[in-house]
Amino acid sequence: MLKATVSDRPDLFTWAFLGLGLLLLPLGLYLALSAPPDVNQGYLARIMYLHVPGAWLGYLAFFVTFLYSLLYLFRQDPRYDRVALASAEIGLVFMGLALVTGMLWARPTWGVYWTWEPRLTTTAILFAVYVGYFLLRGAIEDPELRRKAAAAVGILGFINVPISYMSVKWWRSLHQTQSIDLTTGKIHMAPEMLQALLFNLLVFTLLYLGFVRLRALVAALEARKEEA
Amino acid sequence: MKAKYLVGVLVILGALAYMIFGGLGRNLVYFLTPSEYLQDQAKYQNRPVRLGGLVKEGTVQYDKDRLELRFVLTDGVAEVPVLHRGTPPGMFKEGQGVVVEGRFGEGVFQGSNLLVKHSETYQPPKEGWTPEDVRKLIEEAK
Repeated sequence: MLKATVSDRPDLFTWAFLGLGLLLLPLGLYLALSAPPDVNQGYLARIMYLHVPGAWLGYLAFFVTFLYSLLYLFRQDPRYDRVALASAEIGLVFMGLALVTGMLWARPTWGVYWTWEPRLTTTAILFAVYVGYFLLRGAIEDPELRRKAAAAVGILGFINVPISYMSVKWWRSLHQTQSIDLTTGKIHMAPEMLQALLFNLLVFTLLYLGFVRLRALVAALEARKEEA
Repeated sequence: MKAKYLVGVLVILGALAYMIFGGLGRNLVYFLTPSEYLQDQAKYQNRPVRLGGLVKEGTVQYDKDRLELRFVLTDGVAEVPVLHRGTPPGMFKEGQGVVVEGRFGEGVFQGSNLLVKHSETYQPPKEGWTPEDVRKLIEEAK
């Protein structure tokens, strides 16, 4: 991911991730739309195949930003900062998708698009923090100070990810608890639904990897232009 | 250009502070259970609150003409009668977990907003059912 000289074009891995992700996207959609309906929610439960991978990839992206922000502070290499930036931006896209699909899912099931319950509130804060990350980057002109300040937000902001994930367990909420519970390892889902969900998770992960590499390359080209 | 971004940062920080100190603080307890509510009834009198619990089996009465939904909210210990004006949401049924926003008055809890919880378990309907069967069932239930 980190090369000494900046190439003008995406490398083979970037193309492979993006190509495979885009190729498998229709297949993921087909699996989601052919998965059985839920006994209580009917076809509405299928929004899950977009909602859950979106939220997970958002969490993962912010974790990668956290990791590369730490690396940047220790090694002071701008390449780490560019990966942190790229991951935060793609993370906002995925988290935005999770928020929008969640609202569309909430209206017919809960009865409202939005309510200030713990999971929704903590996720809204999480989203706002990473919007703030980009506002901060835009406000600082000195490149080194900008990278350091952004790294601080990338590290401190990550605390919201476990809070958002655990909010359904820590507080009384309207949002149901995890169907694939990483804290207990229990899965509350029929196998054919789980298959469709995991396949879409794979597709989203491929797209995430491809887009982050592409975005980091764009950031590198921007930096080169800024220096010149 | 720079001032514009700084204003943006300030707006975001302000919104965050509001959410954390105003909104989130209140929302840490998203709803009260009927027992908690009845214990401290004087405190919540004439104040909008959220009550959460299960719809007690056999207590749902819905007046289609007047759009009045009556049911009893229970947490297994205490019970609160609820009157909600409006059509019940699609997934509202007996035994379901619900959250009602409203206030107490005239002997019943007057709900202004009815939210229906759903479980984290996803299961297809009985074996051998085609999506068309389910579609028919859902349409008949309406």
